[in-house]
Amino acid sequence: MRAAVIQFPGSNCDRDMAVAIREVTGADTSMVWHRETELPAGLDLIAVPGGFSYGDYLRSGAMAARSPVMQAVVAAAGRGVPVLGVCNGFQILTEAGLLPGALMRNAGIRFVCREVKLTVENSQSMFTSRYLAGEEIIIPVAHHDGNYFADEATLDRLEGEGRVAFRYAEEVNGSARNIAGILNDAGNVLGMMPHPERMIEAVQGGSDGRRLFEGLIREIA
Amino acid sequence: MKTRIFVTLKNGVLDPQGKAIHHALEGLGFQGISDVRAGRLIEIEHEPGITTAQLEDMCRKLLANMVIENFEIEQKG
Repeated sequence: MRAAVIQFPGSNCDRDMAVAIREVTGADTSMVWHRETELPAGLDLIAVPGGFSYGDYLRSGAMAARSPVMQAVVAAAGRGVPVLGVCNGFQILTEAGLLPGALMRNAGIRFVCREVKLTVENSQSMFTSRYLAGEEIIIPVAHHDGNYFADEATLDRLEGEGRVAFRYAEEVNGSARNIAGILNDAGNVLGMMPHPERMIEAVQGGSDGRRLFEGLIREIA
Repeated sequence: MKTRIFVTLKNGVLDPQGKAIHHALEGLGFQGISDVRAGRLIEIEHEPGITTAQLEDMCRKLLANMVIENFEIEQKG
């Protein structure tokens, strides 16, 4: 299994993400700088990590979404390569048009940095197959712009097509319908604000994020 | 030549920042304010040959997020 973690100026969860992927999946994981125009050949997973790419200038994820490497990521996603965007990665994927909607300033204005309870809404996707539908898990969030917005028709479509992967089981940031993570229509792109890579072993305070990566091994192998 | 581009949140999109500014203004004793919405002003210095269509293209491709924002272009001589 081969994976790539995309690095932008201001990414800060890139190494955690690489560690999680290597530890859990054993994938040969390379770091890819944002100025690259091509990705390594034969990738089974692309991760767009959290952080503050380009200092969140203009809008969170806006500059990163237009960087050269993202054209390659969009093309790979179109070919069915699994793409996981976490936190700023989720913001980047929406800005790049790989996922619908937008992530706005948290409703409470404050940066939210704590463990939150999530409900697994879809346990059939390649990212969530190791979870049970309706299961509650604990994963940390750390963001200022996690307030998911999309128009009602888009929200209805996401719900109707089972594309809401995770929902907050508590009030966190004002997200429409408490959405914490969504899938694209083909099911190979997941964007989520909580950080599964920060919950892969007990020493981190819990391991509820581990099964997301374990699920990918099974799907990809 | 200078163009000013105003990027604002669409109607119906909640604006937590505007709300916080509203509260802060009231905290300072300013009364009679019914709503505050915060936006962004982008000034672009450019050659006269740049067309409105090109400026609109810039807005759609980068300066505004059309999911949540509108833009207005104000060209000055």
